[in-house]
This record gives sequence, C-alpha cells and structure tokens, in this order.
Amino acid sequence: MLDAHFFRRWMTATAASVDREAERLTALDSPIGDADHGSNLQRGFTAVTAALEKEAPGTPGGVLTLAGRQLISTVGGASGPLYGTLLRRTGKALGDAAEVSPEQLAEALRAGVDAVRTLGGAAPGDKTMIDALVPAVDALGDSFTAARTAAEEGAVATTPLQARKGRASYLGERSIGHQDPGATSAALLVAGLAEAAGE
Amino acid sequence: MSDERLVGIVLVSHSAEVAASVAELAKGLAGGGPAVPVAPAGGTESGGLGTSAELIAAAAASVDRGAGVAVLTDLGSAVLTVKALLAEGDELPEQTRLVDAPFVEGAVAAVVTAATGADLAAVESAAAEAYTYRKV
Repeated sequence: MLDAHFFRRWMTATAASVDREAERLTALDSPIGDADHGSNLQRGFTAVTAALEKEAPGTPGGVLTLAGRQLISTVGGASGPLYGTLLRRTGKALGDAAEVSPEQLAEALRAGVDAVRTLGGAAPGDKTMIDALVPAVDALGDSFTAARTAAEEGAVATTPLQARKGRASYLGERSIGHQDPGATSAALLVAGLAEAAGE
Repeated sequence: MSDERLVGIVLVSHSAEVAASVAELAKGLAGGGPAVPVAPAGGTESGGLGTSAELIAAAAASVDRGAGVAVLTDLGSAVLTVKALLAEGDELPEQTRLVDAPFVEGAVAAVVTAATGADLAAVESAAAEAYTYRKV
C-alpha cells in the first residue's frame, strides 16, 4: 500500500529531477515554445516541496491536491494549470484514504489525465504531455518501472509529430523534428513515481 | 444609478501592459455611463510575461458586485489558468464565467454592455458576438 510518505517522496523526486533537467527542458522549449518550460516547472516544484514541508498533509489525496494547487498558483505558464489539474484531480480521486493501492493510484491518475485532456483539448498524437501520460497510465497496471519506460518512449515518439496544441502549433510543419518539452517533463513526473517506489 | 449591480469584467493577458491598456481602452470607449468595475490581471506577480492565478483571483474579487464576473483572456496559459481556477470551485467569486471572445473587441463590447446594467449572460453574448464582426 502507498501512504502519504510515498506521495511526498514522489513529489520530492520529481522536484529534484526537474531541477537537474531544467536547462534541458528550457532548451527543448526554445525552438518550438517560449523557452521557459524548465524555469517555470522549477519554480512550481520548488513551491510544491516547500508547501509539503510546511503543511505536511497526512493522506495521499492531500499531498497531491496541495501540490496541484501550488503548481496552478506559481508556474506562470500553461504547464501550471495542466500539471496542477493532473495532480489535483488525481488527489481528489484518491479521497481521504490514509493508504491507497497501486491499482487505486492507476485509476485516479487516469481520472487526472482525463481532466488534463478536457482542460487543454489535446488528444494522443498532438505532441503534448498527453503522449507520455496516456501510455504511462496504461502501463501502470504492470509496474512503476513499466510506466516510466512507457512515458519515456512516449516522449521520444513526439519528435516526428507535428504540434496541434499550444504555441508550437503555430509553427505547423516546422514543429516536426523536435521532442516535445511537455511530454519530456511528463516523463520526469512518471520517473519520480518509480523512484519513490524504489524501483 | 449605483454601480452595485453591474457585471464586473476581468482582463487577463500575458502582459501587464496589454491587460491595463485594454482595460483603459474599453472604459474610455464605454463613454460617460455608470463606471463598470474593470480590473486587469496581466503578467506574472514578478512582472514578467505569463499568467498569475493570484492576480486573476484578486482582480475577480475586486470587481465582484454580486452580478457576476466576466473574464476575458488572451491565449494559452491565460485560458488554461482561468479554466483550472473555475474547476477548483472556491477561488473565484460565484457566477464567474470565462467568456469566449476576442480580447480587445470583446473587452470593449463587454464593458459597453455591462454599463447598460445588462446581466452576465448579455455581457457574455455581446463579447462573444465580437467574433462575428468581420473587418474586410
């Protein structure tokens, strides 16, 4: 079973990898975006870890709801409401339980991903974070490691796609040949899950 | 007539200057009627380009007179942040709506309509109608 500590480890591990990869995320965001993805997420996850430290929510749902709220408040770019909605909706789906099973987490994450799809209007193949998140949630039934691999493969597979959402979509065919920064950071989030599980 | 029941308007842009200027423009073109509560929410809290949920929530609270609040946005994170705040349920005044409208023309239509004492639905539809006004 997964308790609040597991979910805090997930957020802390993600914050650390976003820190490590911030320059790469911003570099990926330079040719097809507005070159702020790394720094925006870094600011957001720094606020997440600070808030978790201060408020120390005692349930998995509480951890994710607080984290999502922080991301919406502090990121300043589109990734804030998108990741914020993902975590907050996942947290709400987990409710007040003190511990949840990996199966419950998978189900809640699916609700979170659905909320992101509703918010941003993106479908698989649009060259967005959805292209990493959907295969990850599908693989979560097997293991956290399988989800991590699926997310990383999903992110890499955005390279030949033409962007159909967000600022990159204005570039049309010129968006082809670049890995999507949002799918790349989504893979970091999923990798954080595997790390929290010690896999 | 007091402005107690006028619909409030919030203008959300990636740029503080754009939001403030469009607010001035819309109020200026609304003429000498009752003063519609209009608040810009532009840029990030640190003054950069982007969107601030805090500034949006503060702006919405400042224009709420009990008749509803119409929020107009430019694009991208401005749209998504307002939608995420509306989904939250408790961060924006009751009867706050994201209005699907062109930013400048929609803001003018919204403020002019709100100045007549129209309700939120009428303000929303006037702003959205600005999409159908062709220039050539």
